[in-house]
This record gives sequence, structure tokens and C-alpha cells, in this order.
Amino acid sequence: MATTTLPPGADIALDDQGSGKPPELTPRPGYVAQSGSPSQKSETGMLVAVSAIGMSFAAFTSAMFVRQDSSTDWQHFQLPYVLYLNTLILIGSSVTLQLSRQRFSAMPQAAQRAVTPVKVLLASGIYWLYLTAALGLIFVLGQILAWRNLAAQGLFLATNPSASFFYLFTALHAVHLLGGMGGLFYVLRKLVRNGGVAETSGLSAFSIYWQFMDLLWVYLLLLLAIRM
Amino acid sequence: MGKLFAVLVIVITLVSVSFFVRRTWWMPTDISTTGAAIDHQLDETMIETGLLFLAGQLVLGLFVWQASNKNPARKIKIFPGGSKPVVIAAIFVVGIEILALTFIGSKVWAAVNIAPAAADSLHVDVQAEQFAFYFRYAGPDGQFGGIHPDKIDDGNGNYFGLDPANDVAARDDVVVGSLVIPVNRPILLTLHSKDVGHSFYVPVLRIQQDFVPGLEIPVHFTATQTGKFEIVCTQLCGLGHYNMKAYLQVMAEPDYEQWLKSQEGQ
Amino acid sequence: MHDTSAAHAAHQHAAPTGFIRKHVFSLDHKVIGKQYYGLALLAVFIGMVLSWLMRVHLGWPAWPIPMLDKLSAVGAPQGVMTPEYYLSLMTMHGTIMVFFVLTNAPFAAFGNYFLPIQIGAEDMAFPRFNMMSFWVTFTAFVVMMAAFFVSDGPPISGWTAYAPLSAVGGDAGPGLALGQTLWAISIAIFCIASLLGALNFIATTLDLRTKGMSLARMPASSWAWFVTAVISLLAFAVLLPACILLILDRVAGTSFFIPAGLILSDKLQPHSGGSVLLWQHLFWFFGHPEVYIAILPSIGIVCHILPVFARKPLLGPRAAVGCMIATGFLSYMVWGHHMFVSGMSPFSANLFSVPTLVITIPMTILTLLLICSVYGAKMRFTSASLFCLGFISVFISGGISGFFLAQPSIDIYLHATYFVVAHFHFVMAVASLFGVFAGTYFWFPKMFGRMMNETLGKLHFWLTFIGVYCIFMPMHYLGLAGNVRRYSAFVDDYLIPLIPVHKFITVAALLTGAAQFIFLFNLIWSRFKGPIASENPWEATSLEWSTTSPPPFDNFGGRHMVVYNGPNEYGVENNGTDFVMQVSPEKVSAS
Repeated sequence: MATTTLPPGADIALDDQGSGKPPELTPRPGYVAQSGSPSQKSETGMLVAVSAIGMSFAAFTSAMFVRQDSSTDWQHFQLPYVLYLNTLILIGSSVTLQLSRQRFSAMPQAAQRAVTPVKVLLASGIYWLYLTAALGLIFVLGQILAWRNLAAQGLFLATNPSASFFYLFTALHAVHLLGGMGGLFYVLRKLVRNGGVAETSGLSAFSIYWQFMDLLWVYLLLLLAIRM
Repeated sequence: MGKLFAVLVIVITLVSVSFFVRRTWWMPTDISTTGAAIDHQLDETMIETGLLFLAGQLVLGLFVWQASNKNPARKIKIFPGGSKPVVIAAIFVVGIEILALTFIGSKVWAAVNIAPAAADSLHVDVQAEQFAFYFRYAGPDGQFGGIHPDKIDDGNGNYFGLDPANDVAARDDVVVGSLVIPVNRPILLTLHSKDVGHSFYVPVLRIQQDFVPGLEIPVHFTATQTGKFEIVCTQLCGLGHYNMKAYLQVMAEPDYEQWLKSQEGQ
Repeated sequence: MHDTSAAHAAHQHAAPTGFIRKHVFSLDHKVIGKQYYGLALLAVFIGMVLSWLMRVHLGWPAWPIPMLDKLSAVGAPQGVMTPEYYLSLMTMHGTIMVFFVLTNAPFAAFGNYFLPIQIGAEDMAFPRFNMMSFWVTFTAFVVMMAAFFVSDGPPISGWTAYAPLSAVGGDAGPGLALGQTLWAISIAIFCIASLLGALNFIATTLDLRTKGMSLARMPASSWAWFVTAVISLLAFAVLLPACILLILDRVAGTSFFIPAGLILSDKLQPHSGGSVLLWQHLFWFFGHPEVYIAILPSIGIVCHILPVFARKPLLGPRAAVGCMIATGFLSYMVWGHHMFVSGMSPFSANLFSVPTLVITIPMTILTLLLICSVYGAKMRFTSASLFCLGFISVFISGGISGFFLAQPSIDIYLHATYFVVAHFHFVMAVASLFGVFAGTYFWFPKMFGRMMNETLGKLHFWLTFIGVYCIFMPMHYLGLAGNVRRYSAFVDDYLIPLIPVHKFITVAALLTGAAQFIFLFNLIWSRFKGPIASENPWEATSLEWSTTSPPPFDNFGGRHMVVYNGPNEYGVENNGTDFVMQVSPEKVSAS
């Protein structure tokens, strides 16, 4: 018969001990579940998440095109200059993120060859991550400046459709970026605690997200610059 | 168990099909020039899908009946040829059916929705609102007056928001609550909505078209029989949706002319 | 991917202790699957009661319904429904059924429970996100239920919530104020939950398959959950923006969907320039894939279960999976078939009609593969297998009506009639639910360690099978007669003669609904009193049957499962049995 039997010493008690009831679910103490490679899993998950986010921004983009063409009330306006500065800042944060990742990926070899001490790499890697977070924060503050600029021109969310989409796109992007920063602090905490083991910190997954936010922003900027 | 299932499936299938074949409940008689083509398309589809329906259910019943045979010596059998003939047959049969239906159907669709209205169509402006239809005729000057939503006053019967005081063309517009048309004359309707989405459905004419707020949508047809028929709303528009209707009155040409004169006189 | 040393160092999650961690905020996909099932069960009973109320009102509009005035004194004074209350019950019925039942039960419930087990994993890829996605779904449900109790009433714009009716706010009539906003918020929350869930399914399927579990050896149900998750991801990612824009139009004064010049309640609405059709495009771009999200898991479940009781392999398992993928792909190209008479360009009708007709091809292939899998079978008739066979029958019925609606020229006449109602109820409410019933009878022993009562199950099947045909087949005839849908009463001259048919349908609906209590009773009674189930009571091959009933915390009791065979090894000679399990090293035939 093709029913499988448990090898001896299996991790849980499977017999019902004569009680006639279904076996209990609890494993023996000390049991540890197995998972797939964590960084691969989290990278897959992040790629999937990023596809979904991309799809929603695509939906918003098509909504904008349809809205623009459905009526004659689209009013163009000058994009606040601070947006371009913010773009540079965000690109800068991607650079600092890459620098950070280089430090962490150099750590395993460093432990053996001691070209640059591991401690220095760790501190440097974490420093660049903090810088990434700071630049992200500055970006968001810069976006707030852009909104205030628009408000000063009398352009609010419901004033006209172009303003509506401007606020919508920039606000949604900023919200996602702030969420990303939450993720960044999570990764930082892990790295500090596990002594810089990047594979289990989620750094690679976070990096996918952050680079995507960067690319998304460049796309949005072009979209806004052309259509508004 | 299996035999019961097979019998049940077959009985349900035959009973269901019988109501389709006998047309116990069916479309009303078509009174439009494009209706015959639509009805023909429907009949074709009914026959082809009816055969597929019968075949699918009866074969299912047959196989289940056979599979319920409890003889222990019986061996299982794989469908002859495996999955390949099934896949190919499905692609082939359904594919041909699709091509045929699309080819013919697109012509029918074009006749209704793409072909332009005849140049000498009688033009009626239709407004849908919560929860009534109103119809406007251009009057002797042949011009429709402009519509001003801020001037709409249902209490005074100014459903369209006309401004006769300042708009010459609006002075002779005829506004009524029924669609009165002459038989055998091409009609062009322009649909617009005052508030939310509605839809214009006349089963006997085989036409259905949504009113889309913000758009003016043309619908054209020619009625081939006189009589009184119903126009109903088919786009959920609020609590009165079920009650939102108007009558279509198709009259002989002289009767229509008389009716129109009496309206213009008012 | 399977035995990396890093994996052992980073465990997923330790065993839970305490009631809350074990049964409420659990990270265990099995508990989460049961939670989704419980939510779907609650939702389906609410949705069913709503449908009874609707049907009784349609058959006997003046008859006061007992206790309805307690639920809403405004909506049903003295128990007689107002037209707007009918519409709000209808809206909530559709919304609850489509979202909280048909997206939850076959996909989130069974998928969460069985996808990891079927592929040999110990849990989903992201257990914390998994827990979150259930509780976020639950939150969405609570928000939706709240809409029943607001002063202006639940929304009345249908589950499709067309603008501008749904966008302008209370001026458009009762049921369109706070209730509609809560609806939009609830659906937006639901979108987020679904996206999280889909993410988990995809990552799990891609990364956590155990050794030997190639994609080709995955059971049909796992494939269906995977394809559904991919569709889900992209579809809900479009619904969420639509809901956000709708909420902004309602509360922030924007005009995405509201054009200028609308007069509602004698007031000129302060919006302009919006596009009514934009809502429909966004909604249906989600809405059409959504119906495949509702049906594909049930198709997968039936493809998985039928061979077990036919004692022979599914015919063409690779073709079946290919059809699922093709359907998923095509489902994004057909949304305009909901909009043939909407006022969009008539030229686009052909663009949408062709892929709509083409999508019938993979669906037909699947149906034929199922029918021909029954050929030559030695069928074991159990509740589960009866519902699989019933699925085939009702799926044929539901699919056939699609041929009519896919053609624009015919849709001119049949759009917004009961013909459409018949079509989508057969494929969604009936076929999809039959898949859920089949899955329940099949997997209950595994989930709860006890067998369900077969006599009650079979009775449930016969009554339901006859009942659903009595309810939904006549709706085709009503549609052909031009009976418009979403009417709270039939007052038009040409509709009055059709009321007897409605009465028949109502009686059938009430009786069929009553029969569902047999199922509910069976579920609850068997949970506590059913006979103990063995590890593999159905003699099935897939991995869930290679572990205890119910499975231990980590699914396989510390074993690292190795897979040698596909899931279809039935009807083969194997040491006196007629099947080979997926984890069994005895390879029999090349498959």
C-alpha cells in the first residue's frame, strides 16, 4: 500500500494515544520549520509586489489619458522646479543604496582575506543605508514643498483635473516611498542585530523596491512634465 | 447513483431544450428593418449552441451511466486517442463556429451601429432623467433649440432647459413624453442624459443603447409596423428604475402628421 | 532551492502556543485557510438570505416579509420593501457573493490550506503577510456590513457601482451617501488583502516546491491557484485605483467620473469634465478577470478530485493547465463585452467580441477533457464526485449562454436582461460553488480528521442540483422575452405575464436555499461527531494524502517530502492497488 510511514524519531507524536480523537497538532519542543532560501523568496515576493504596484500606476496613467481626452477642461501648469531637485535626490539615494550593498557583499570575503576589516565594512554599509533613508526623507519633504508651491498658485486637489492627477500621482508615490522607508528601517535593524549578514536581512528585496520607486518616479516626472 | 445522475441530467436537458424549441417565452415580434438579421443571428446561435448543449449533457449522462457499471472485472478505459483528438476537435468545431458567427454578426452589428443614419431621417432628441424619458421634435423650423441645464424646470414642463425667450430655434420645439413616429420612415434619435446613466431599450425594435452623461449618442432605426410599444430603462439609475418607461407609438404617416400638427399648435 | 543550509538557520515561525496565537492570529496557513472558509461561509449565508428577500419581493411585492422592518424600518416599513431597499439588498448580495464568497472560498480558503501541502512546503512563503491578508479581508467585510446600518441605507448602485450614480453622492437618491462611500472603502481594503494573498501564492508556488515537485507534477488545483493568483494580482491592482478615484470624486470634489451639467435633486452638480465610461473601463478591466478568478480554482479543484473517484487519470492534464493559462491571458482582452451598448466606439465591439469568443475554446477544451475523463471510468459515487459531475453539467449550461452574449449583435437585445443573470449565476454561483462543495466533501476529512456524512451529502447534492436548474434555467426564457434585470418590481405591460415564472423561481430558490442547511448541519455535526478519518480515505495520490488527517503543524511531521510521480497515477497496477502516490518511489508508467 502506498501510505507512507513515519521514520522513527519523527518530530511529532502522530498517534492519538488511544483517545479516538484526531492527532494533536503541536510539534515537539525545539522543532524548527524549514523554508526556502529566504532571500530568494523575498526577492520573488518583491518582484511580484512591484508588478502589482506598477500595474496600479499604469491604471492611473490610463485614467489620466482618458480623463484628459474626455473634456476640454485640462489646464496646463508649470511643474514646480523643486521636483527636478527631488529627482536628483532620489537618484542619489539609489546610488547610496548600491554603495551600501557593495559593502555588505564584500563582507564574507573580507572575513577571510582581511583586506578591509569586516567591522569597517559593516559600519560603512550601515552608514550608507542611513544616508539612503535620509535622502528618502528629504525627497518626501521636497515633495511637500512642491505641493505647497502648487497650493500657493491656487491649485488644489479638486481645482482642475491636471492638478488632481498631479497630487494623486505624487502623493501615492510618496506614500509608497514612506512604506519603503519603513522597510528600510526593518532591514537596518536586522543587519545591526545579525552582524551584517545581508542574505537574511531582506536587503536585496528592499533594493528591488527602492530602485523601482526611483524608476517609477522618473517615469512619473516625465509623464507629468509632458502632459501637464 | 450514477444511473440516477445520468437520467436526471438527460431529463433536465430535454425539458430545458423543449422550452427553447417551443418558444414558450420568446422575443416579441420584430418590427424593425434590422431586426430580422438580429433574429436570424440569434436563431443560428440557438441551433448551434443547442446542439452543443444537447451533445455535452447527453454524452456526460451516457458516460456517467456507463461508469456506474459495478462489474468488478471491468477495466478502466482511456478515451480513444487520448486528449489530442478532444483538443483538436474543440479547437476546430468551436473555431469554425466562432468564425461563422463573427463574420455574419459583425455585418449585423455594423448595420445597426456603424452605418450612418439615412440623410432624410426624422430627428428626435431624447432626454433620460430620473425617472422618465422625454422626446423633443424640432418643429417647423427644423432646428433644435439649445439646452441649458440651469434652466431646467420640470414643474413648468421645461424638461430640456430650453430658453425660448432668447433662443429662436427653441420656440417651436415640441416636447412630449411618448415617442411618436411615422411607420416606414428612418428615425434618428440623439440620446443624452440629464443626470445619471440610463438606457433605451425597445425589445420590438431590437435596439438598446445606454445614455451616457456627458455624451450625445445617436441611434437610428426604421419601424415597419404601427402600434403602441414600450420603451424601458435598462441601466440602473436609482429607485425608480423599474418604473422608468415611455411608450413608442408608431403611426401611419398621415396620422403622424396630424399628431405633429396638433402638438405644434400648442 | 531545497536544502540550503541558510534555510535551516532561518526558520519560518515557531510553533504557536496559546489560544490567540493558535486560532485567531495564527501564522499557520491551515488555520488561515479555515478562517477564510469560515468567513466565506458566513458571507454566503448572508448573501443567500439577501437573495431570498429579493426573490420573495419579486414574486410577491406587496406581501410583508416578517421581521424585515426590524432590519430596516426605513427600508421596509411594515415589512414591505421599498424599491431602493430592494436595490440595496441586490447590491449587497452581488458584492458579498462575488468578493467575499467566490474570491474567498475556492481560492483563498482552499488555496491557503492546500497549496503549500500539495507542493510539499511547510507553509506559505510569507506567513505574516498571509495572516495580514486574512485580517484585512475581515476588516473589509466589517466595513461592508457597516454599510447596512448607516442612516441613508446601503448602496443601491449594484455591485458594478456605475458612475455617475455611484460618484455624485446623496443627491442621486437614497442609498448613495455614506453607504456608497463605505462600499468603496471596503472594496479598496479588499483589494489590498487580495494583492497580499496573491503575492503569497505566487512566491510560494515559485520558490517553495519540494524536491521532485516540478511544475509539471503539480496537481491541477495547485496550478489553478497559481494562475488565479497571477490574474488576481493584476486585476485587483486596477480595481484599487478605480476605488480610490471613486472615493475622491465622492468626498474630495474631484471629477474623474462626473461630467458637467448634471442635474440631480434639482441641483446642478459642481463637477465637470469627468468620463463616465472611464469607470466602466477600469471596473471591467478588473471585473472580467475577476470572474475567472471565481471559476478557475473550482475548475482546478474538479480536475483534481474527479480522477480520484473515477479511478483513472485526468485526460490531458497538460492541456488542462494550458487552457487555464490561456484563459487567464485572454481574460484581460475581453472586458469590453460588458460595454457593447455603453456608448463606447462601435468599432471596438469587434475587438472585444473576437477574444470573447476565442476564450470559449480553452473553456470548451476543459469541459470536454472532464467529460472524456469520465469515459471508461469505474466511478465511485460520493458527495464529492457527484458535485464534480454536477459541475460539468452546470458549467456546460452556463458556458453555452456565453456564446450569445459574446456577440454584439445579439447582446443588443439580451444585454441587461435576465439572460445575463442566468449566465453569470450558472457559471459563478452554481459551477464555482459546486467546486467549493466538491472540495469541502473531499478535503473535510483532511482538514478536520473526520468524515462528513455521505447520506446527507448526497441528499444535499440531489436537492441542490435539481434546485439550481429550476432557479436559473427559466431565467434564460425570461431574458429572451426581454425581461429587464435589476427591476425591483415588474409593472410594464410586457413584463406582467412573466410574473408567474418569477414566482416559480422564487419557490425553487427558497427550497434550494433550505437544502443548504443540510450541508451546514453536516459540516458542523461532522466536525465534532463524524467518524475518524484515516490518512488517505479516498485513495488519492497527491501530497496532502501523505500526511495525517489533520496534518501536523509543519504539514509533514519533520519529513522532507520527495516527489517521484505526477498526481495522475490512477488506474495503474501497483501491488494490488490501482494508484501510485506522488511521494511513492514506485514509478509505474511514464506519464
